[in-house]
Formats: sequence, C-alpha cells, structure tokens
Amino acid sequence: MIDVRSVVYGVPDPELPHVSIGDLGMVRRVVVDGTQVSVTIAPTFLGCPATEQIQSDVEAAVRGAGYTPSVEWELAPMWTSDDITEEGRTKLRMAGIAPPPAGGAVSVDLPVVCPLCGSRRTRLTAGFGATPCKALHHCDHCRQPFEAVKGLPR
Amino acid sequence: MNGTSGLLAHVLRQGDRALVLAQRLGEWVAHAPELEEDMAVANLSLDLLGQARHLYSYAGELEGQGHEEDYFAYWRSADQFGNPLLVEQPNGDFAHTMVRQLLHDHAALLYWESMTVSTDSRLAALAVRASNETRFHLRHSHGWVVRLGDGTEESHRRTQNALTALWPYAEELVTCPDDDELRETGQVGPPFADAWRTAVAETLAEATLIIPDGAVPITGGWSGTHTEHLVPLLDELQSVARAHPGASW
Repeated sequence: MIDVRSVVYGVPDPELPHVSIGDLGMVRRVVVDGTQVSVTIAPTFLGCPATEQIQSDVEAAVRGAGYTPSVEWELAPMWTSDDITEEGRTKLRMAGIAPPPAGGAVSVDLPVVCPLCGSRRTRLTAGFGATPCKALHHCDHCRQPFEAVKGLPR
Repeated sequence: MNGTSGLLAHVLRQGDRALVLAQRLGEWVAHAPELEEDMAVANLSLDLLGQARHLYSYAGELEGQGHEEDYFAYWRSADQFGNPLLVEQPNGDFAHTMVRQLLHDHAALLYWESMTVSTDSRLAALAVRASNETRFHLRHSHGWVVRLGDGTEESHRRTQNALTALWPYAEELVTCPDDDELRETGQVGPPFADAWRTAVAETLAEATLIIPDGAVPITGGWSGTHTEHLVPLLDELQSVARAHPGASW
C-alpha cells in the first residue's frame, strides 16, 4: 500500500525542484477518506506562477497512488518562510540557494549567510530574481553570486 | 463602480488598483534600463497580479453571482473600474515609473498593514502576505527614487519633473470614499493618510525632491471617473479574452 501522505509531501516544487512542497511547509493537511484524498495547501507569494502547476502535480501524484484527489488552497493561517523545515533548509543550501533567516526575522535588510562558504559578508545585488520567492546576492568572501529565498515573516 | 457598495466595492477597488498597476509595469518588461530591472518590474507586476487575483476571487464570493476572478479583470468597462488615477498614468521614463511606484508603495504598505487587523478574516489573512510583498516593493522604489533624485543633474531634473506631474494624483491614494463606513465595522483598518504624508515626505527629502506647492488634487478614480489613459490600457488587457470568450490555456 502506497503511503499517499508521503506522496503528497514529496511532490517537488516546480520552480525549486531540489525541495518538495512538504519541505517548504506548504502542505497544511492530507485527509484520507476511503479512496478520496483531500489536500490543503498554503500559497507562498500571492502571484506565484507555480500555483496552478503545484495543484496539478499534487492531483497527478494522488491519482498515481490510486486515490481520487481534491485540492484546496488555504490563506489563513498564512504561510511564512519559518514553515520551511530543517530538512528543506539543508536541501536548499545544498542546491546553492540560501534559505531565509529563521525565527521570524524581518529579513528585508539582513545580510544572508552564503550557502557556499557560510560567510555573512554578503550583499544584495538585486531584490528580485528568477522566481517571486528569490533575490540575488553576492558573497564578498568566496566571491560567488547566489540566490536566496526571501524571508516572509508573519 | 455603479451599483456596487460596501465591502464588495472596497475589494474590487483594491483589486483594480493592483491589476491596473500590474499591467502598467508589464509594459516595461524587455524595455527596462538594465536586466535586473526587467526582472524587478516583472516581479512587481506578478505580485500585484497575484494580489488582484485573490481580491477578485473574494469579490466573486461576496457578489454571489458565480463570477470568477477573470470576469472582473476582462469583462468590466472602464467606468466599472475603481482604481485610483495614479496607477493608470502612463509609464513615461523610468524616473516617472519609479516615482509613481514610490507614491503607490508607501500607500499600499500602510493600507495592507492596516488591513492585518481587519475583522474580515479573509482580508486580514491576505493583508499579512501582501504587506510582506509590498515591503520588498517599497525597498525597490525607495532605492531608485533616492538614487535618481539625488543623482546627476539630469536624473534629478527628470525625477523632479515626474513628481511635479504625478503629485496631483497622489492624494487620492489615501482618501478612498466609503472606507470610513467600513471602518465602523472594523472591516477596513484605521486610516493612514497622515502616516503616508510623513513617509512620502521623508523619502522625497532624502531624494532632494520638492513637493510641488499648491497642487490641486485630481480625484475620481475610486468612484469610476478616470483619465483618458485607462481605456487604452483595458483595451489591450482585455483584447484576447474578448476575442476568444471562454477560451482556456
């Protein structure tokens, strides 16, 4: 018997394929009722273009596990970057993407830790990156550019 | 805005504000002064579009006539749009766009922050995320207006021209009719006009820009009376949906 809950949690994020929507803390609930599976997901950035893709990926994954899916999006309580799991943070770092600061820090102006060398001698080079959730930074220690997931506190 | 009132009108106005500005910003994509700015304006536009979509979805539920978000974006005419006049003003040069954005972002941030205490749980939830997003927008527009205003003689001249041209439209951002009524029920948060004036004045002072004296505010957008610029914007925005009704992609 396939564990449909872990199937849902393991669906990769379409724009950050190194991490799953479970790692990102977007899955609010998975309710299994016979062959029906209801999944509740929290959106991250309101205009994230991956939203529709995530929904169809989750539906396909649930169907692949032999169940009938229904997916709902839930605004409240709002997703925050603190919902990213420890494992998710590690995976992001391993992919060269700095995770957002933990613990509800207001991150707009805080230097982020370089995911490549661990230095805090970094600076923001562009506030907007290739996806809504990321910004571009540069590490003055290892002299590498890198992406960072923006902090979205409560 | 004919025939709509109360919370529905409020939600539509805010959705219209976000959608119209998103469309204006989209016009810059592939034309911005540098690659990072192409990315930035696209991201600003996308965030605003996302906010508009959520607001329109909620408007559809409040209205209760089975309308989804697309209906409000594509099937209403200019006089049914309740966006403030500032956001429909043409892009002009980059200084013009960034001054418009700064005036807007200060108001949008204060608006969303005030809405986090709304008694309407849907809007309060939306406000948490939208205020986070707007903080990033304001950092961007603040950075550019200061850099351009306090920059070279040419960039200062252009930025001051932009402020002089746009200032009459600014006041409307913080004086939305009907909101006072919704404040009594707590659905709309506390007023923020004074906080906006202070915040804007601080940024403009830092940018060495002068607020024009004695400008008479030009208003009417919130109640559906627009400048000549909204109709062509909507023509473009709505052309595909209206040429192919019911199409999906």
